[in-house]
Amino acid sequence: MTIFNYFRTLRPQQKTAAVAKERLQIIVAHERRLRNSPTLEYLPQLQQEILEVVRKYVIIQNEHIKVHIEKEGQYEILELNITLPDTEKGQINIQKSSSDVT
Amino acid sequence: MGKIIVVTSGKGGVGKTTTSAAFATGLALRGHQTVVIDFDVGLRNLDLVMGCERRVVYDFVNVINGEGNLNQALIKDKRVENLFILPASQTRDKEALTVKGVARVLEALKKRFEYIICDSPAGIEHGAIIAMYFSDEALIVTNPEVSSVRDSDRIIGMLSSKTRRAVQNLTPVKEHLLITRYIQKRVNSGDMLSIQDVQEILAIPLLGVIPESPSVLKASNAGIPITLDKKSDAGLAYLDVIASFLGEEPPPREKKGFLTRFFGN
Repeated sequence: MTIFNYFRTLRPQQKTAAVAKERLQIIVAHERRLRNSPTLEYLPQLQQEILEVVRKYVIIQNEHIKVHIEKEGQYEILELNITLPDTEKGQINIQKSSSDVT
Repeated sequence: MGKIIVVTSGKGGVGKTTTSAAFATGLALRGHQTVVIDFDVGLRNLDLVMGCERRVVYDFVNVINGEGNLNQALIKDKRVENLFILPASQTRDKEALTVKGVARVLEALKKRFEYIICDSPAGIEHGAIIAMYFSDEALIVTNPEVSSVRDSDRIIGMLSSKTRRAVQNLTPVKEHLLITRYIQKRVNSGDMLSIQDVQEILAIPLLGVIPESPSVLKASNAGIPITLDKKSDAGLAYLDVIASFLGEEPPPREKKGFLTRFFGN
């Protein structure tokens, strides 16, 4: 143990109770938001259905689609993020023209 | 008409059954007609903590199914007047507690008792929901520890959405925070969440704090509710909790002074 470590143990950065409180405040606030917002209730299903539509054309995994809702003042912003695979193998041969689907 | 109080927490092992036994006994000691019901079907333990495990003949589920009547199932406490225990069934599962059946039993108990204490099972499934469903008030038992606080918050959310009062748009269930297994020393050294920390996070009114105490294990070993142990710090803390629940100023507890701490009593 160096002399610096010795002084560090004498004065720990933050007590564990303070760390616990901080972590709890964040997770509890997050879980309350999920519980109390009716818009967020349909989010998992929305995500699933969007995924199914995209899957008609591109091979993607569940984790490649991210749906995120943020509140800004009076507005709620729905953010949709789909990561497409970079290889052409990911493309599905589409018979129909893509304009059918929009 | 009696008041229904659920003792709940989400997390297991935080002191729900100890609290149910202590709280019910304390209310009865104060002269109130009290019954304490074990909702933990399949894992009954209130009978052991209350020391009446060998007197169980009929149980809660028997009464619901009409296999025995309420008077046959209610066990009268031998130490305290006005105190009765309704044990859970050990051989069924929690689905045996139907909303209709529980409603019928509680209605009958409300006519006879001033306080009906419901000892909830751990978890957030059917058993815990049916235990809180008909409640007027709730004791949320919480340890100053991350998993217990988080689970309590979850339970508070369910009290405001899944209970009869919530569903029927009545006055919400009155919530009381009860912090148990509190160790002041560890709070002082910064290793344990303080009363203020827990209260700040959960944001419900604090009813009381029960210190961690070796006497609690001794009492459950012997089947004696901790409120009957006049020497126990935890028992005294529960008596204070009952006093403030009944709307009284809790009596000032003698704090050990500087000199007694050094020289003993």
